[in-house]
Formats: sequence, C-alpha cells, structure tokens
Amino acid sequence: MSKAFSASRAVTALMLAGLLLLPLYSQLSGNLFILTLFTRIVILALAAASLNLIMGYGGMTSFGHAAYLGIGGYAVGILAQEGIGSGFVQWPVALAASAIYALVIGALSLRTRGVYFIMITLAFAQMAYYVASGLARYGGDDGLTVYKRSAFAGLVDLSNRVQFYYLCLACLLGVIALIWRIVNSRFGLVVQGLRSNEQRMQAIGFPAGRYRLVCFVISGTMCGLAGALLANNTDFVSPAVMYWTRSGDLMVMVILGGMGTLFGPVIGAVVYLVLEELLSQVTEYWALIMGPLLLVIVLFGRGGIMGLLGRLDRG
Amino acid sequence: MAEPLLRVEGLVRRFGGIVATDHVSLDVAQGELHAIIGPNGAGKTTLISQLTGHLPPNAGSISLGGLDITYLPAHRRCALGLARSFQITSLLLDFTAADNVALAAQAHAGTSFRFFADARRERGLREAAHAALDRVGLSHRADIVVSRLSHGERRELELAVALASRPKILLLDEPMAGLGATESQRMVKLLQELRKEVSIVLVEHDMEAVFALADRISVLVYGRLIASGDPAAIRQNEEVRRAYLGDQHVVTRHG
Ligand SMILES: Nc1ncnc2c1ncn2[C@@H]1O[C@H](COP(=O)(O)OP(=O)(O)OP(=O)(O)O)[C@@H](O)[C@H]1O
Ligand SMILES: [Mg+2]
Repeated sequence: MSKAFSASRAVTALMLAGLLLLPLYSQLSGNLFILTLFTRIVILALAAASLNLIMGYGGMTSFGHAAYLGIGGYAVGILAQEGIGSGFVQWPVALAASAIYALVIGALSLRTRGVYFIMITLAFAQMAYYVASGLARYGGDDGLTVYKRSAFAGLVDLSNRVQFYYLCLACLLGVIALIWRIVNSRFGLVVQGLRSNEQRMQAIGFPAGRYRLVCFVISGTMCGLAGALLANNTDFVSPAVMYWTRSGDLMVMVILGGMGTLFGPVIGAVVYLVLEELLSQVTEYWALIMGPLLLVIVLFGRGGIMGLLGRLDRG
Repeated sequence: MAEPLLRVEGLVRRFGGIVATDHVSLDVAQGELHAIIGPNGAGKTTLISQLTGHLPPNAGSISLGGLDITYLPAHRRCALGLARSFQITSLLLDFTAADNVALAAQAHAGTSFRFFADARRERGLREAAHAALDRVGLSHRADIVVSRLSHGERRELELAVALASRPKILLLDEPMAGLGATESQRMVKLLQELRKEVSIVLVEHDMEAVFALADRISVLVYGRLIASGDPAAIRQNEEVRRAYLGDQHVVTRHG
C-alpha cells in the first residue's frame, strides 16, 4: 500500500484515464457505439459500487440491489409521464424513494443473517418487480418509455451523448469519493468492525442494528441515483431492470472486481460488461464461456481482480 | 456495608436439561478482585456472558452500581462501565491492534454517526489506543494486523481493548488461557497493576495466579456456588477440596 508504485494503483489509474478520455476516442474514431456501451458500464459501475458498500465493507450480502435501479428509474419515468420533467424534482424523488424503500426493507431484513438475509432481500426485490409489472397506467409488463430526459435548466443537456456520459462519470466518481470518506470515518469503521466480528463490537459498546441500517439506506440511495441515470440512458424503464438476474449481475461485478475495495466494483463492471459484449458478438452461447470464466476467477482469485493485483504487488 | 459495585441475585440459566447457572448470588465490591474458579463446564463462561448481556438469564437479577441491568443489551452495559475479555479470543482480525483498541475508545467518545472525517486521524482516539496498548506492553505492535499477532499478544490485546473503554469493572474470562510460563507471569503482573484502578471479576484455571491475585474467591461446580470467601478460607474448605481443587493442587503458596 505504501509503495509508490503498485499494480492495483496502476490499473486503477489507467482505467480512470481511459474512462475520462473515452468520448475523445469515440469522436476521433467515429465509434459511437463504444460511448453508448461505456455510458451503460459507468452507470452499472455506480450501482455495483453502492452494492459494495454494504456487501464488501458491511458484510451484508444483498441479492436484491437491482430493485433500486427500478425505483430510481420509475421515479424518473412516472414523473416524466405526469408532466414533471425537471431533474431537480425527478432526481431527489428517485433518491428519496430509494431511501425509503431501503429503510423499510432494511428494517425488516437486517434481523436475519447469512443465507436468510440473501433470500429475504431477493424476495423483496422480486416483490418490487411484480408491483412494477402491475402498474398498468405506467406500461405494466411492457415498461414505460421516457419521452424526454430529465431537464436541468440548461445546465447540462442529457440528450447530448458526451455531456450525458460525463454526467454519469461525475456521479460515479462522486459516489466513490463519498464511499471513500465513509469507509474511513467513525461510522465506516464501525460498519466494517461489525462485518469482522459482531460479538466483539457489541462487547465494546456498539449496537449493531442501527449502524447496519443506516449503511443499508446510504447504499440504496446511491443505487437509486444509478436507476435515475439508467432510465435516462435507455429512455425507458421496465420491471426487467429489477429482475433477480440483474441483482446477480451486480453481485458478480463486485466479487469479480474485488469486494471491499474502492475501485474494485468499477473494474468488475468494466470487465464483466466488456467481456459480455465481446463474447456475445462471437457466439450466441457466450453465457457458456462467461459462466465458467467467472467461476474460475471467483474461486481461484480470492479477492477478485483487485486481490490478484494485490498479490502481484507483494510478489 | 456500602452498596456493592456489582450484585448478582438468584441467577438461573438453563440449556435444555442442564442448569448451567443454578441460583447464583454473588457481589463484587468497589476495588475488589473477585475470582471465580471451577472445573471445566462448571458454568463460568455462561455466568460471565449473562453479566455482559451476551446471554439472557432465565431468572434472577443483576445490578451495577445499584442500577438493574438484567435486561439491558450488551452495548448499554458497556456504556455503563462493564467490559469483558473473551475466553476464546474475539477480536477484529482484519484490523490493526491500534484500530481494535481505538474502536473501543470511540464507542465511549461521542457519537459514531460521523461520516466524513477520517477516524484514524482523530488524535484523542489514537492517544487513548496507544495508552491502552502501552499498558499491556503492545505499543510496538500497534500497526500490526491482528491476524498476524501471536496468541499471547492477542490475549494482551483483549485486555487493552477492555481497558480502552475505561470500565468500572473488568470481566476477564481466562486471560491466561494458552499462555506460556513467562507470558503468564507478565499477565499476572499486569493484573496486579490493574486491580489498583478497577474492580475485576477473574475467571481462571491457573490456581497459582488466582490465589496470588484474588481478594475473594467463589467456587462454581455444576452451575452452583459451593463456596465463597477469601483465599485462605477457600483453601481450607473441605467441600472445595473434594469437588475441585484436589489435594495436589492445594496450598501452592501461603498468605
Ligand atoms: N450455548 C450453549 N448451548 C448449550 N449448552 C451450553 C452452551 N454454553 C454452555 N453450555 C453448557 O453449559 C455448561 C457450562 O458451560 P461453560 O462454558 O459456562 O463452562 P465453563 O465453566 O466456562 O467451562 P470451561 O472451564 O471449560 O471454560 C456446560 O455443560 C456446557 O456444555
Ligand atoms: Mg469457560
């Protein structure tokens, strides 16, 4: 860690430079598709980073994190449909709705541990999925088209692809900076202590429940932001974004990149989604290659890509 | 007699058919070192866990400084000045020694709902941590991750963590367990220092240490207290000899 050069730092710096310069490359090469792809990657990286806060740092393995993508997305879509197009209204509503959902679900599910916690968060997310499917006024199963992207009084134009990309990237980096502050704060140390040894933390005087719940709410709120971005990106929101496989994708990104590391989820999202894209171009059976590949990395590379790089540093 | 610091009355805890704590009553005076001895499975750890709030009793009451704490959760009791060490070392393995102790100090220094400032740069907490580590002779290992500490160092760290919360009463569950001879001696010396500052309940199998340290000894057998008194009285007690000490163990030292 203290070394000036380390493989994990170098890879992180390289990746950040790449993300920052990507629109330039896209413009110069005329490859518009890559900008579209990476806008989506950056948004899902934000979702994965938020999941990492509870799963990696907090030891709370939630299998229902995609619910917030839907809640944030529907907040934007429904308000747009009802004629409220301002992002200054839509986005705070998206965040607040996610926070409230997290508060309720967290209060109920954090009483359980381990597999039960995984199952109960999954069950709640599936419930959200069915509720969204039942919203007949807002497209039901078919989803809801967002005809106009969130308006920010001319400050930033979300229909401009480059501007939108940079907005997403700024949100991602902002959230990561926030997570960095949080995990090194008093609160963050308590949450990580609870992951490490709850009995000990209680013996030195920390009530576990309230710290975990607050962390759960922060994480859900962050992911709600990703949901608002995603709906703007696709001009569409449907129950499918909340489906359990989406939650699974987010978990894989976090584990692949390295749980409990600041940039692990970003690397995980980039690798996972780029790989998915490349393999799906080569063969329609891409999942057959992707699955075992991920299994190998998760099984043999404990700590994910960040873990592997860390071991490289230690020689 | 003044109100004892800790008072336990008629405490009962069952596990299925076993009565692990069988109507135990005892008290600990201010400044006293009260040792609890008894054979394996006598219910010593079970008793400590009820005192700390890790295990609810089936009946009876516990009070600290006159306040009924029988049904308070562990973290509240800790806030009231009760700290424990675990028989089986229980630490944050992926944190440094200093972090472990600083967190204990943090729990007693204002709110932990602070989200932005770097907690490891908080002067007060770091100083408290280093002072506690210094007490147990671990300050040179402050920045080592606990999983790399030796067993003996971890036992000392357990004690430092308990001290960092500035407790009124320390509940120590076999602090000498698994220590070598020299490490044990160091621990006894440390406890001799600490007892001047804080009341201690000491569960320990090392009889030499117990008889050297204790003001009072209570003997637990099958969950029942069969005797309680000063070391001399316990040494003389026939029932204790028969039930527990065994003649070869008795009278290791006089006075
Ligand atoms: N969680 C539990 N569930 C069931 N039985 C238990 C539990 N904890 C302790 N016991 C039983 O209660 C009795 C007392 O156990 P305890 O651990 O308190 O003994 P101890 O005096 O600390 O023994 P040792 O000297 O070996 O540490 C034992 O018979 C034990 O098997
Ligand atoms: Mg025991």
